[in-house]
Amino acid sequence: MMNNLYDIFFYFFALISLASAAIVVFSRNIVHSAFSLLFTFCGVAGIYVLLNADFLAVTQILIYVGGILVLIIFGVMLTNRIVDVEIKTGTLQTLPASIIVAMMAGTLCGIFYVTDWNSVRETPRLATTTYRLGELFMTTYVLPFEVASIVLLVALVGAAMIARRDKKSTYISPKA
Amino acid sequence: MIPPVGLTHFVIVSAILFSLGIYGVITRRNAIMVLMGIELILNSANINFIAFARYGGMRLDGQVIAVFVIILAAAEAAIALAIVLNVYQRFNTINVDEVSKLKE
Repeated sequence: MMNNLYDIFFYFFALISLASAAIVVFSRNIVHSAFSLLFTFCGVAGIYVLLNADFLAVTQILIYVGGILVLIIFGVMLTNRIVDVEIKTGTLQTLPASIIVAMMAGTLCGIFYVTDWNSVRETPRLATTTYRLGELFMTTYVLPFEVASIVLLVALVGAAMIARRDKKSTYISPKA
Repeated sequence: MIPPVGLTHFVIVSAILFSLGIYGVITRRNAIMVLMGIELILNSANINFIAFARYGGMRLDGQVIAVFVIILAAAEAAIALAIVLNVYQRFNTINVDEVSKLKE
């Protein structure tokens, strides 16, 4: 019975994330795409919970939904003329792209399906992963952790520098 | 009879998510749509890492890598949107086909 419930939740979250990812990709309206991305991220967070990754699920919600998605919506709002009622985005070479992507998806799924995974035994459920993750970050992975924090700092400072509006130049091409 | 959910189910979901992301990246001309495709691809990679962390007997190492992927995705989104805003101010479009010059 417990297993059944797990399966039902898995299919529920998988359906949410895949259907909304399809809307993200196939919708012609970029605002619809941006909002569908919200449901994709939430569905993926649900899959993380099913995979025993509670800390990562919360991180996913906080960083993807709270940070990256807001940034993307900012980008949409700042780079499209919102006065246009229809915010369409063009596509190109849809047919060859669909054929290639369908072939790739079929190949990947087929390989994943037929592969006899070496160690599919389930690891025992941990009560909570946050404590162990923090321990790992401060011991085994302390160098990558520090490097990642520097990368994030540099990236954010760089982004602020790039995006800042320069007062002196007026962003009209010099020849014009 | 559907087999109980296991590693295969999770990696197949991630494969489909990855293919959708690739489709978005190669068919869209709007730079922000390309970014959304990249976010889908990163999410599918993360699902793989965490699924193998649980079913592959690696305990928490896969989850640690997934945290690093999320950190890099945040940095990438910030930088990419700064670049997109600059490109929009300079070229007045974010169609990636029309932005073909690095320098005017």
